[in-house]
Amino acid sequence: MNIPGKGIVTGMAQTAKNFIGSYVSKERMTTVQYPEERVPAQEAARNFPFLVFDEDPEAGLRCVACKICEKECPPQCIYIVMKRDENAKPSKQPETFDIDVSVCMSCQICVEVCPFEAIKMDTEFEYGEFDRFGGLLLGKDRLAKSNQYYHKIHPTEAAEVDARLDEERQAKAAAEKAKAAKLAALAQKSKDADKIVANGKAEKK
Amino acid sequence: MERLDQIFVTLKAWAVGQVPEPFQVIASIVLSIAPIMLVFPGIFALTTVAERKLLGRIQNRLGPNRVGPFGFLQWAADGLKTITKEDIVPRNADKVVHFLAPVVLLVSALLAYSVIPFGRNMYAIEIDAGILFFFAVGAGTELAVFMAGWSSRNKYALLGAMRAIAQMISYEMPLLLAALAVVMATGSLNPNEIVAAQEGGRGWGEIVPNWFVFTPWGFAGCILFLIAAAAESNRSPFDLPEAESEIIAGYFVEYSGMKFATFFLAEYLGLFVISSLCVVLFLGGWHAPFPFFWCAWVPSWAWFIGKLACIVLLYIWMRGTLPRLRIDQLMNFAWKFMLPMALINLVVVAVWTYTRPWNYFGAELVRWLLCVGLLLAPYLLLGRNLLRNRKWGPRTYRYAS
Amino acid sequence: MDAPFLIAAAMTLLSAIAAISLRNVVHCALCLSVALLGLAALYLQLGAQFVGLTQIVVNVGAVAIVIVFAILLTRSSEESGEPRFNKGAIWAGLICAAVFASLVIAINSSHVSVKFSAPVSPLTVERIGHELMGRYVLPLEAMGLLLTAALIGAVIIAMKEPGGKGGAQ
Repeated sequence: MNIPGKGIVTGMAQTAKNFIGSYVSKERMTTVQYPEERVPAQEAARNFPFLVFDEDPEAGLRCVACKICEKECPPQCIYIVMKRDENAKPSKQPETFDIDVSVCMSCQICVEVCPFEAIKMDTEFEYGEFDRFGGLLLGKDRLAKSNQYYHKIHPTEAAEVDARLDEERQAKAAAEKAKAAKLAALAQKSKDADKIVANGKAEKK
Repeated sequence: MERLDQIFVTLKAWAVGQVPEPFQVIASIVLSIAPIMLVFPGIFALTTVAERKLLGRIQNRLGPNRVGPFGFLQWAADGLKTITKEDIVPRNADKVVHFLAPVVLLVSALLAYSVIPFGRNMYAIEIDAGILFFFAVGAGTELAVFMAGWSSRNKYALLGAMRAIAQMISYEMPLLLAALAVVMATGSLNPNEIVAAQEGGRGWGEIVPNWFVFTPWGFAGCILFLIAAAAESNRSPFDLPEAESEIIAGYFVEYSGMKFATFFLAEYLGLFVISSLCVVLFLGGWHAPFPFFWCAWVPSWAWFIGKLACIVLLYIWMRGTLPRLRIDQLMNFAWKFMLPMALINLVVVAVWTYTRPWNYFGAELVRWLLCVGLLLAPYLLLGRNLLRNRKWGPRTYRYAS
Repeated sequence: MDAPFLIAAAMTLLSAIAAISLRNVVHCALCLSVALLGLAALYLQLGAQFVGLTQIVVNVGAVAIVIVFAILLTRSSEESGEPRFNKGAIWAGLICAAVFASLVIAINSSHVSVKFSAPVSPLTVERIGHELMGRYVLPLEAMGLLLTAALIGAVIIAMKEPGGKGGAQ
């Protein structure tokens, strides 16, 4: 029935329900009081890159300083210097790995092009600094984080990456074994051939 | 509990007694005024925070909760911010009028507090035509709004001021007529006598208070009065002249810093004083609702503040619920619906008072049915027809030449 | 001739003079409101509460607002730029003085100038109501009729002409 004023009364009842509900039920008070409470990040969240190491932050760092990510980064925020050992021979480790987080645009291209699964996206965003220029330049020490941390923030992705790395390792091992077997077979064949040649020479004499 | 009830009166009498003889009149006047000027801006401060928190809860969010315990010192932060802001006056503005507008508004709002009884024997002045004084002083508010809008030399301010004045004078009619119903019923314009006429209760054990809101004409009158009061003080849903998203705050737009704070303060003080008048006229003033023994322990001024708080909460609730009315919807509502209902309310008051001497069996029920019927029928018919007659068509314009 | 009367009278006279001599029309309207307020103060000093307060409600709350609306809607706020005193000012002043003198003589020689003592019973609104509905009911109804006629006339003038330009909302 179209009583004038009915809409107002229903409206006020609804707001009263909202008001009382905001004290008792979570669905009517969804405020997350940052910074005391935080909404947990979703799995696919990404903010800025970080470097993965397997056991040791220095020796286990997966990065080999191939500089592909430095070349591919659109705003050119990565700076890599490869470590050279005593004879100035390049060793497969980065001496400096700097990412300027104030320039990085989180495009994830560095992650996509890395052939060694060394650089991945982190979910940390609370990088507030007072020093505008140097404060947001993250070095290798701040960027290197463990594989367990990677598993914590991106479980399925990390599991995939680990599975892939294991597969690669096994494929490499299998390839090594096959090569060694082939070499052994070849060596055996050449040894047999030598023997036949030697026999033939002996027969001719 | 007589002592607690009259504590302020006795304190004032003691203080005036301390002052030497020639200055006692001045001391008495100052001591009557100072509490009003301290208490009501304090209530204003608390109301701004409470409103933000309550509106937040209605809108499924928290209000301000960082400054002080649960955010209840937010008014101090706001006050400090407004005081330290730069006071900008537009170059072309009419400086004298620009300065005087908030002053006039504040003065009109504060003057109206002097006739309201806040508790037993707690009023600043007893004027025989108190209600009329109240509305006379309210007329200064409209002039101040015009002064604010005009002196800014800003077309939005002018437009906002025009709309605000049109709204205020349109809603003054139902306001006065609703108050008039009470005056007719009591036969006096004196607020103290109106409060005294609502004493006691009726029914078994005096369970139903004698307040005017529990009579048919009083209920309708109270609702009319509350709606008209919301429109008078530019309060949502009638805040078209001053809403930020509508006309960039209308006639406030060229005011910054302390002058804006004065406007804000004056608007809320006006809201409180008109709610106080509603309490006095319809809700029994400082009387307790039930004659139970424990009610006498609560002092009369506490009952008054409690009722005032209920009305202010009702206004906050309405603000959180209703969307803003457009100016033509607002004016139609005032002239086509509220004014006829207010006039019919007057007729119902007359019927009610005329039929009071009936005392045959069932007379009370007949009176009630008659009055409620006389109110409900026009309400339903008028509401239905007005809703049905909304004509949607191409807009026509007429320009002032 | 006590202090409240002098203050109210000075306020009324000065604002009335300001209302006719200021250049800015809006200032004039506001000074007119102050003058009406001064009149109300004079009524209140004579003990006529109802008349004084109604004076404020009606004159300041309604008449001044209507004047202000007229100024707002017709934008006659720009200063006219004409000289303040035109050539016939002296003669106009003399005639005004003559009218004032005759009014003063007329009032002084009538019976209202005899100093009244305070009324025997206080002038409450109830008494005014009784008088209005008893002795003066015919003038009251006649004024009501006059006001209704004025209202209907105003509505007819402001209504849209049939077949003319469309009316505003």
